[in-house]
Amino acid sequence: MDYNLLIGGSAGQGIDTLGTLLEKVLQRCSYSIFSNKDYMSRIRGGHNFIQIRFSTKPVYCHKSTLDFLVAFDEITVKEHQDRLTEDGIIFADEDLRERIGEAHRKVIYLPVKKGAKEVGNPKVFTTVFLGALIRIYDLDLKIGKKVLGKYFKDEILEVNHKAILQGYEINMDHFSIAKPEEQEQKILINANQGIALGAMAAGVSFYSAYPMTPSTSIMNFLASNQREAKIVVEQAEDEIAAINMAIGASYAGIRSMTGTSGGGFSLMTEALGLAGITETPLVVANVQRPGPATGFPTRTEQSDLSFILTASHGEIPRMITVIRNAEEAFYKTAKAFNLAEKYQVLVIILNDQYLADANQTINPYNFDKVAIERNLDNGEGYDVGEYKRYQFTEDGISPRIVPGMVKGQTVLSDSDEHDENGNITESAEVRVKMVEKRMSKLSMLEKEVEEPWYMGSEEPETLLVGWGSTYGVLKEAVETLNHEGVSVGALSFGDLYPLPRKAFNEKRKYAKKTINVEQNYTGQLAKLIRQETGISFDESILKFDGRQIDLEEVIARVKEVI
Amino acid sequence: MDRQNPFHCQEEKAWCPGCGNHGLLEGIKEALDQLEKDPHEVVVCSGIGQAAKLPHYINANGFNGLHGRSIPPALGIKVANPDLTVIIHSGDGDSYGEGGNHLIHNIRRNPDITHFVHDNQIYGLTKGQASPTTRQGHVTGIQTEGVQLEPFNPIALAISLDCSFVARTFMGDKEHMVKIMKEAIQHKGYALVDIFQPCVVFNKINTFKWYKENTYKLDDDYDPTDKIAAFQKSQEYDDGIPIGVIYKKEKPSFLEGIEYLKDQPSLVKRDLNPDNAKSFMEGFF
Ligand SMILES: Cc1ncc(C[n+]2csc(CCOP(=O)(O)OP(=O)(O)O)c2C)c(N)n1
Ligand SMILES: [Mg+2]
Repeated sequence: MDYNLLIGGSAGQGIDTLGTLLEKVLQRCSYSIFSNKDYMSRIRGGHNFIQIRFSTKPVYCHKSTLDFLVAFDEITVKEHQDRLTEDGIIFADEDLRERIGEAHRKVIYLPVKKGAKEVGNPKVFTTVFLGALIRIYDLDLKIGKKVLGKYFKDEILEVNHKAILQGYEINMDHFSIAKPEEQEQKILINANQGIALGAMAAGVSFYSAYPMTPSTSIMNFLASNQREAKIVVEQAEDEIAAINMAIGASYAGIRSMTGTSGGGFSLMTEALGLAGITETPLVVANVQRPGPATGFPTRTEQSDLSFILTASHGEIPRMITVIRNAEEAFYKTAKAFNLAEKYQVLVIILNDQYLADANQTINPYNFDKVAIERNLDNGEGYDVGEYKRYQFTEDGISPRIVPGMVKGQTVLSDSDEHDENGNITESAEVRVKMVEKRMSKLSMLEKEVEEPWYMGSEEPETLLVGWGSTYGVLKEAVETLNHEGVSVGALSFGDLYPLPRKAFNEKRKYAKKTINVEQNYTGQLAKLIRQETGISFDESILKFDGRQIDLEEVIARVKEVI
Repeated sequence: MDRQNPFHCQEEKAWCPGCGNHGLLEGIKEALDQLEKDPHEVVVCSGIGQAAKLPHYINANGFNGLHGRSIPPALGIKVANPDLTVIIHSGDGDSYGEGGNHLIHNIRRNPDITHFVHDNQIYGLTKGQASPTTRQGHVTGIQTEGVQLEPFNPIALAISLDCSFVARTFMGDKEHMVKIMKEAIQHKGYALVDIFQPCVVFNKINTFKWYKENTYKLDDDYDPTDKIAAFQKSQEYDDGIPIGVIYKKEKPSFLEGIEYLKDQPSLVKRDLNPDNAKSFMEGFF
């Protein structure tokens, strides 16, 4: 069974606290969770909501149909009540009775504010609410108390313990919701945290960035662990500094990374070329939000792909990959460091606000699956001064030694076109050889990229194609449609550039109709595929209102066009 | 003498005959040699400009990055490997114009990096436009009516931000310059050294002779720890420009300030192991 609950209110009211606590309780009660956030770009006021989908079976995306509404204000009821099923229920504080007035669905009023006052701290009303929900859903109160212990300490914890009891003891019926089978413990994590943890597993030692929503949580996670991990997270003066610092650190032999969102990425573009021409390994994360300029700071879009394909003047090799869920965020980021060092190239990891803020229950990461492959040269076997940073070699990759580690050898890197030593050159011959050396990395990367994931009918009459964060919704939509007898399949791209083509070429042979599903206006993946293969899509499902397409919408729009 | 200097390098220089950069290059090689550094222990960073070509003409590690961006890579290098002596050689346009934001914030950050600004008061490489330190009224091909903007005062700016080491010298006085260079390199923290250098082609006002006549050495009893006195010195220009160590402020460098890094091997010397990060997953259960 699959339940969908929405908590809504204005910023600063505590919906985030209740959401976090409730998700943790549900996770520990073995439910599968997919939750996402819809926040306005403000600290107080406005209308924000969290949707928590929890189920006895794995869930991969959010839905629009709701079963429960937790309303912190009357706007939440007005905005969302019509998404409730016929017997959906609204929970609200008693105080709101008058302001809510006539509702379209059943409302259960709970004395949560009063309960908080009774335990002596009006602020803990969210915990009273949590207690009430635990009772209503017949969840384990002990687990609830334990969860509080994770977030609070000392006297604050004590008040919260009283508060959860207060809520739990509110006299009311409980619903029978399906109980999941006990299963191996999962982790509840979002894709930005997955990226950060993957970077740590890969040995990132320096992360330089400038705050920008929705990328900041990568920096937050790394910073909150920097003392223990003994790594350096530095808030740079701007994104230009951030990326140039990371490049310097990588040149000097450590694994470094930077992350940002579109606006910051725009500022970094000149330095992308610097990484390219100096052949400095570099991992950059761009967590997309709707642009241009400041756009929609807290909302979602997939509109940076076209830009990132060629961002930076001149020509450089690069690998571009996009995150499809929190699980692959970890492994993909760790792998990005290996590829960056193996080929001395730029690897760009794309993510977006939807996945950056979506918590998912997934299997714990397997750290044994992470390998660290540095591909450094230890500098042995050179005569004094013989080492050349940009030596032409048979395999096209110059040996990379770490400056300062080898007596008698120096390392010179240069943003000008340079000779094998790294010295400035104007030679046409050297120029041609250097460009070929750098650009030939693209064909090496072609062998590394992974084909998109495929789900659905073996020989689909309709082929959906998406990338990144739409993976979950495409997977569930295809399952539903297949169930209804529709012959449909979906390819979800992760590695985007160099573009893997095999799976697409194979599946499109069966399809009468190919449809690209993207969160942008111009169909950027379709354009890339057309550019690389000459093949155009028959239809497009595009969305660029800053809100992630949900399950019902994908299904409806697919039915419209087939 | 250069024959023994390990920093000497054969690369042909792309600087004009008579350019101040030649003397500056000789100075830094001599300073590093006198400090008994080995080439592999030193990294010379730069941005883009005539001055910024210096890493190509010295036998040391080098990172010749983007215009205006000499400091951020240097910071990254120092964080990775504090055992390296990290110095920057870049122009006044690169350091004070395009890279102004990095200058301000790295004075605040105070990494143990030495920044030598080749201040020829002009954009040399791009053929003679005004730089931030070009004086008002100076006519160029772009500033046809003479520079209108107030000149940038790097010394005053650095003092106002409590920069840990602020000095000025003139490449025409080699002994003075080498002495200051050595002191700046040995200083623990961010050291800003503005070095006057004539541009023989594009700056016909601030010539070798002009600098010689318009600079004077600070007295031996000058106290560089007196901030107000230092600020007063930074204002002197028309009646003679003081050279020497103008301001010093003892404080922990960027990495010294990070408590948990104390007694740890430098980042570049660590063994990486994915398992080390495993405990950071705990919070997600
Ligand atoms: C982003 C960018 N903008 C502009 C330039 C062109 N440019 C190169 S050097 C320079 C100014 C150099 O002046 P300065 O730093 O004083 O060095 P000098 O040549 O005088 O030693 C400019 C404008 C560039 N290379 N990159
Ligand atoms: Mg200049």
